[in-house]
Amino acid sequence: MTPFIFTRLAQSVLVLFIMSLLVFGGVNLVGDPVEMLINPEADQAEVERVIRELGLDRPVTEQYWYFLVNAFKGDLGDSFIFGEPALKLIIQRMPATLELALFSLFISLIIAIPLGIYAGYKPESKTSKIIMGGSILGFSMPTFWVGIIFIMIFAVHLGWLPSTGRGEIGTFLGINSSLFTLNGLSHVFLPALNLALFKISSVIRLTRAGTREIILQDYITFARSKGLSEKRIVLVHILKNILIPIVTVVGLEFGSLIAFSTVTETVFAWPGMGKLIIDSIYNLDRPVIVAYLMIIVTFFVFLNLIVDILYTFLDPRVRIKGDSQ
Amino acid sequence: MNPKIKKIKEFWKDFSSNKVAVVSLIVFMLILFVAVFAPLVSPTDPYDLNTVSIMNSRLAPFSEDFSGNYFLLGTDGAGRDMVSAIFYGLRVSLGVGVLSGIFALIIGSFFGISAAFFGGKYESVVMRIVDIQLSFPSILVALIILAAFGKGVEKTIIALILVQWAYYARTARSSALVELNKEYVDAARCLAFSNTRIMFKHILPNCMAPLIVVGTLQTAHAISLEATLSFLGLGLPITEPSLGLLIGNGFEYMYSGDYWISIFPGVALLITVASINLVGDHLRDMFNPRLH
Repeated sequence: MTPFIFTRLAQSVLVLFIMSLLVFGGVNLVGDPVEMLINPEADQAEVERVIRELGLDRPVTEQYWYFLVNAFKGDLGDSFIFGEPALKLIIQRMPATLELALFSLFISLIIAIPLGIYAGYKPESKTSKIIMGGSILGFSMPTFWVGIIFIMIFAVHLGWLPSTGRGEIGTFLGINSSLFTLNGLSHVFLPALNLALFKISSVIRLTRAGTREIILQDYITFARSKGLSEKRIVLVHILKNILIPIVTVVGLEFGSLIAFSTVTETVFAWPGMGKLIIDSIYNLDRPVIVAYLMIIVTFFVFLNLIVDILYTFLDPRVRIKGDSQ
Repeated sequence: MNPKIKKIKEFWKDFSSNKVAVVSLIVFMLILFVAVFAPLVSPTDPYDLNTVSIMNSRLAPFSEDFSGNYFLLGTDGAGRDMVSAIFYGLRVSLGVGVLSGIFALIIGSFFGISAAFFGGKYESVVMRIVDIQLSFPSILVALIILAAFGKGVEKTIIALILVQWAYYARTARSSALVELNKEYVDAARCLAFSNTRIMFKHILPNCMAPLIVVGTLQTAHAISLEATLSFLGLGLPITEPSLGLLIGNGFEYMYSGDYWISIFPGVALLITVASINLVGDHLRDMFNPRLH
């Protein structure tokens, strides 16, 4: 058990180290941020002063070393554009991204689980075929394009919902979020639905496959022979058993919602981390790019580490294999 | 009858049992034709500055300009015919998607099959890398590459290869592990054939079926991902206008109601990706032994 966790921990650290080399190295080979930052009419002395101030006159290896040392102190450098710590900028925008991702997760479960159960419960019916066809379509539709269509229909044409920004922010139990005001909810609805689209397709498929398996189990036959209503069988027996694996998988994929929110945030001008990274790439704001990528990679590496460790508790086969290595 | 032709005939009989898949295949073939012969089938050359006139900027679908040129799907902000722009865009999108798919297939199946063949430390290192990579969402992998190294055609293709290779490697390894236990591999070993020959002349052809299924679905995914990245301004440069860039160009005009500049390239993208996915989905069912 312990050796397994140690190997995985060592691997995670190695992945983070390689990523930091790749990201830092890559970012510092591309473009010239100085050119974008200073007045084109500035003289040579001014240019040199800015370069020195940003630490760009030192060799890349030295810059990298400073970056690593400071990163361990929780300092990922200051943004070239905003002049504020990159970490602070990202943390400021994190709640917006989290609320978008959470709300879209909620929407996808609410829509996809009933549809998936129906498609698995009556696999031969016309409605089920339409649902499954729709889920393939959902897989094929490029998210950003659907977002554009949403804006066109609901914001430009019908004028029902706003298409940009986060709206009013309410406070509840000390948490600030636009989920707590009506205006905020109207802002979050379209982007969240857009982000949920892909997840809806995959949860429908997952639920359908699960339902089809469960329906063949003895306890369903038993429930039927006891004379329970079909409604009860679906709502209690099937739903309860299917929820556990679905919640596990969907919970694990929460990270992918955060990664994909870069696209949705750009389309809907949602002021989250995703929009920040895209804007920073345009502006060649190196510290923010590096900080965002490192934070999100760290997040994923540790998410996976936790999942791996949890699995060893749940599945003894993993444990034995890990120990023998 | 030639056994190869017979095999193809049997395959086709199996494949054509699903009408949706057949229609999708025909649609995809048409798209492929349009993409390959874009300069011949397009009404105009959208990137020839002599024929494109800014006077025709943002004409609605089904309209004509003063000299009688007809624009079925309207024109974009620079006065380019949308039909032609979409045909040329398909060429770029499919080109990048298919090219990256082929490279990823070669790299992935090389590592997958060799990992299964040699086993040991080599296998666990390769498969560990595959696992780690697959734990990141595809868009994040692409984002890391393009944010760190900048945009460009080669960089986009490299990012797409990196996103896909792990899927091929995992598929190739699992089917190669099954093949390794078969007698023909023992026979080839007894004949003292070289490892390379056994791996790529004997095992690889027998792993092709699942690899092709993964290939179709991954190519659809790659085309969609490239469009997303180009829309964000991180993928292809404006000199290579793929469908994603066309949609992105139209985005700014949308608030003024000029819907066609964004919508039609998106429809073309959707049809392309959906037709590949439907064919791939049917192929997966065909090759899945559990469903027979």
